[in-house]
Amino acid sequence: MMLTDDIAVVMPEMILAVYAMVVLLVAVYTGKDKMAGLITNLTAVVMVGIASMIVFGGEGAQSAFGGAFVSDDFARFTKGFILLSAAGVLVMSQDYMKRHGMLKFEYPILIALSVVGMMIMVSAGDLMSLYMGLELQSLALYVVAAFNRDSVKSTEAGLKYFVLGALSSGILLYGASLVYGFAGSTVFTDIIAAAEGHIPLGMLFGLTMVIIGLAFKVSAVPFHMWTPDVYEGSPTPVTALFATAPKMAAMGLFARVVYDAFGNAIPDWSQIIALLSVLSMFLGAIAAIGQTSIKRMMAYSSISHMGFAMMGLAAGTVFGVQAMLIYLAIYVTMNLGTFAFIMSMERDGRPVDDISALNQYSSREPLKALAMMVLLFSMAGVPPMLGFFGKFAVLKAAVDADMAWLAIAGVIASVIGAFYYLRIVYYMYFGAENDDLLDRSTSLAQWVFLSVSAAIMIVGIFYQFGAEGFAAAAAQALVK
Amino acid sequence: MENLLSVVTFIPAIGALILALFLRGNDAAAQRNAKWMALVASGGAFVVSLFILTGFNSADTGFQFVEQKDWMMGLQYKMGVDGISVLFVMLTTFLMPITILACWGVTHRVKDYMIAFLLLETLMLGVFMALDLVLFYLFFEAGLIPMFLIIGIWGGKERIYAAFKFFLYTFIGSVLMLVAMVVMYRDAGTTDIPALLAHTFESDTISLFGFQIIGGMQTLLWLAFFASFAVKMPMWPFHTWLPDAHVQAPTAGSVVLAAVLLKMGGYGFLRFSLPMFPMGSEVMGTFVLWISVIAIIYTSLVAMVQADMKKLIAYSSVAHMGYVTMGIFSVNQQGVDGAIFQMISHGFISGALFLCVGVIYDRMHTREISAYGGLVNRMPQYALIFMFFTMANVGLPGTSGFVGEFLTLIGVFQANTWVAMFATTGVILSAAYALWLYRRVVFGDLIKESLKTITDMSSREKLIFAPLVVMTLWLGVYPAAVLDIIGPSVEALVTNYHNAVPADAAAALIQH
Repeated sequence: MMLTDDIAVVMPEMILAVYAMVVLLVAVYTGKDKMAGLITNLTAVVMVGIASMIVFGGEGAQSAFGGAFVSDDFARFTKGFILLSAAGVLVMSQDYMKRHGMLKFEYPILIALSVVGMMIMVSAGDLMSLYMGLELQSLALYVVAAFNRDSVKSTEAGLKYFVLGALSSGILLYGASLVYGFAGSTVFTDIIAAAEGHIPLGMLFGLTMVIIGLAFKVSAVPFHMWTPDVYEGSPTPVTALFATAPKMAAMGLFARVVYDAFGNAIPDWSQIIALLSVLSMFLGAIAAIGQTSIKRMMAYSSISHMGFAMMGLAAGTVFGVQAMLIYLAIYVTMNLGTFAFIMSMERDGRPVDDISALNQYSSREPLKALAMMVLLFSMAGVPPMLGFFGKFAVLKAAVDADMAWLAIAGVIASVIGAFYYLRIVYYMYFGAENDDLLDRSTSLAQWVFLSVSAAIMIVGIFYQFGAEGFAAAAAQALVK
Repeated sequence: MENLLSVVTFIPAIGALILALFLRGNDAAAQRNAKWMALVASGGAFVVSLFILTGFNSADTGFQFVEQKDWMMGLQYKMGVDGISVLFVMLTTFLMPITILACWGVTHRVKDYMIAFLLLETLMLGVFMALDLVLFYLFFEAGLIPMFLIIGIWGGKERIYAAFKFFLYTFIGSVLMLVAMVVMYRDAGTTDIPALLAHTFESDTISLFGFQIIGGMQTLLWLAFFASFAVKMPMWPFHTWLPDAHVQAPTAGSVVLAAVLLKMGGYGFLRFSLPMFPMGSEVMGTFVLWISVIAIIYTSLVAMVQADMKKLIAYSSVAHMGYVTMGIFSVNQQGVDGAIFQMISHGFISGALFLCVGVIYDRMHTREISAYGGLVNRMPQYALIFMFFTMANVGLPGTSGFVGEFLTLIGVFQANTWVAMFATTGVILSAAYALWLYRRVVFGDLIKESLKTITDMSSREKLIFAPLVVMTLWLGVYPAAVLDIIGPSVEALVTNYHNAVPADAAAALIQH
C-alpha cells in the first residue's frame, strides 16, 4: 500500500494535529493570551468541521500502517461524539475561563492534542497505536487538570491524575507486553489469530492487565479512586471535558481492544467487565449520596454511568455494543448540559459547587431549573426522558445475553442513584429560602447548551437524528 | 376520528405546553388564566373522551380505537382500549376537571401547579391506553415526576420526606417490572401487548439457587410485576408510603393519588398478571388472597386509631384496595367485575372524602380530628355531603361502594370461603372507623372557640361535589352501567385464564 493511501485514512487526525502545532507557533510568536478567545473558537470550529468530515465523508472500513490504524463505522461514531463534545466544552467554557483568568492560548491547544489522542485510541488496531493514543490523550489532560496553577486543589488534581494515570499506563504496558510475548505480534488481527481455538494462559493474564489499565481510564470501580478528587479539583470546564469526550474515547478503546484483539475469548473478558460494571454502578450510586459538592457528585455519577455502559459491553453481542454506544451518546449529551449548568453556578463572581447553594433556585431561574431538572431525571433513568432509553438498551442487551442478574443489579443501583439526583431537584424546588443567592449572570453559550441538551432529552423520544441506525452500523463494524 | 385516543391523551399536555410557553407573570390575572386554561384543557379532554364511550362497542372483547406507529429500538407507539381499560380512561378524564376546581384556592406557583396536573393527566391516560410494554412503562413511571413535585412543592410540613418516600418506593417496584418486561421482550420477541397476551410463557418448574420455582418463568415474571403493582396499589405490607404521601400532599394531589394513581396497580394486575402469567397467578393467587384479607382487617384497625383525618382515609383506601386484589385473584366473573367496579367507585368516593377533608382544612388549616366537633351546627350542607360519602365508603346499599364490596365478596366466596369470611369482617370494621370519624368531626356540641365562625360550603365547593354524588348514587342503583361495559371483556379474561390453567394442573404443580 502506498504511503499516500495510509495518510488519506488518518487525514482527520493529521489535520487536527497539524492545526494544533501551527496555532501553537502562531500564538507564541504573536499575541499569546490575547488570541486565546479566538483560538478557542477556531479550535471548536475546526473540530466540528473534522467531525462532519468524518461522519459524512467515510464509508466502509479502511486500515492504515499495516493494520495499526483502523477507520470504520465504529471509529466514525465515537469520533463524531468525541469531537463534538470537545468542541462543545470549548465553546461553553470560554466565558468561564476568561472571567477566572484562565483563558490562556495553551488551553484549546492542549484540548485539541488530547482529542487527537482520543481519535487514535478509538481507531487503534495495534497495541502500539493504542498506547500512543492513550498517552497523548492523558498527557494533555494531566496538564489541563492542573490548569488553574495558583490553586492548590487544581495542582493536586493534576498531580494525582498524573501519578495514578502513570500507574495504570504501567499496568497496561505490562499486560500489552505479555500479550505480545504470547501472540508474537502487537497487531490486533494477529493477536486474535494467535488465540484462535485456545487462548494461552499468559495471554489471558495480559488481557486482564490491559483491562485493568483501561478500567483506570474509564474510572471503573475498583480503579476509580482518582476520579472524585480530579473532578473536584480541576477547573469546571476541564471537569466537563473529563466527563464527556475521554469517557467516550476510553469506552471506545475498551470495546475496540476486547473485540478486535480478543473477540474469540468473549466469555473470558465478559465476566471481568460484568464485575466491573456491577461494582461501578453500586459504588457510584451509593458514594454519591453523601457528597456536598456537585462536582464530586458528578464524578460518582459518571462512575455509575460507566458501569451501565459496561453492562452493554459485558453482554458480548452486537446489540450490546450498540446499546453501549447509545448509552454513551446520551450520557455525553446529558453531561454537556449538566456541566453548562454547573459552570454557571457562581456567587459574587466566584465559582461554587455546593449543592445546597441551589436552594430555591427554581423560583429565581425557573427555566434553567426546569432544564436542569429534565437532565437530572434523565440521568436517573426516569422515563420519558431519553436517559431511560439508554438504560433500557443496556438492560435489554444484558438480558439477551443471559445476564438477567446484571440487569437486576443495574436497576437496583439506578434506584439508589435516583436519590441523589432527586436531592438536587429537592434543593432547587423544595429547599428552604436563603439569602445567599447565586449570581444571575450566565453566558449565552452555557444557556444554549443547557437548554438544547435538555430539549434533546425530550425531543429524542420522538426523533433520534438517525443516531440509532448509526450506532447499529458502528456495532456491526466492530463485532464480526 | 382516527387518533381519538391520542387526542384525548395529549389535550392536557398541549394545555400544559401553552401554559408553560405563553403565560407570563404571577399576578392575580395570570393565576386566574392558568386555572381557567387548566380547566378548559381537562374539560376538553373529558368532552372528547365521551366519544370513546359512545363509540365503544362493549360486545367486542378485543382492543378498539387502536392506533399504531413505529418507534425506536423495535418498540412501537400503540394505543387502544378494551372493556377493562375504557372506564379507567373515563374515570380519569371525569375526575381531572373536578380536581382542578378543587385547587382553585391555591396561590403558590399556580402556573406550575396547573402544568403538573395537566401533565399528570396525560401520563395517567397513557397508562390505561398503552398497548406496548415499554410505552406502558414510560407512562407508568413518568407519572412519578409530576406527583413527586406536587407533593414536594405544594405539600404539608413533612412533604420532602413524603415525596422522597413516594418516589423511591414506587421506583424500586417499577424497575423490577422493567427487567421483567425486557425478559418478556426477549422471550416473545415483541413488546406488543395484544401479541404478548396471545403468547404463552414457559411455566415448567425450574430450580434457582436450589429453590424449586413452581410455575417457572411465569412465576418469576409474575413476582416482578407484583413488586410494582403491589407497591402502587398499595397492598399490605407495601403500603407504608401511602399514608405519608396522602397526608403531605395538597388536597388535589390526594384526590388524584387515591382516585386514579392507585388504580394503576389494579389495572396492571388485570392487564398483565392474570392474562399473561396465568400459571404464575394460579401459584401465587392464594397468597394474594390472604394478604388482601390481612390488608382489609389490619389497615381497618389501624385506620380506627388515627388522629389525622387524611391518614384515616388513606388507611381506609388501603383496605378498600384489599377488596380489589381479592376480587381480581378470585378470578371469576363476579370477583373481577367487582374489583373493577370497586376501583371505579373508590375513585369517586375516596376522591370525594379527600375533598371533604380539604373543605375544612382550607378553613381551619388542620387535619387533626380532635380539632373539630359539632360542625353540623354551622355547616349543615357540609355535614350532609360528608355523611353521604361516609356511608358510601362504608358500603351502604344504594351507593356504589356497596356493589363493589358485595361483588368481590361473592367472587371470593366461590374461590376461597375462608378468605371471604374473614374479609366480611372488614365491612363491619369500615363502618366502625368511618362512622366514628364522622361522629367526632360533625356531631356533638360546637364548643371549640376556633370553629365558632366557620362557614358552610361555597357554591364552587358544592359544584365540585355534585357530579361525584350523582355518580355514586347512579352506580349504586344502576351498576349495570359499568357492568355491561366491562362484562364481556372480563368474561373473556376469565375464560382464557381458566383455559390456560386446567383445573387439576395447578394442584398437580403445587403437589410436585
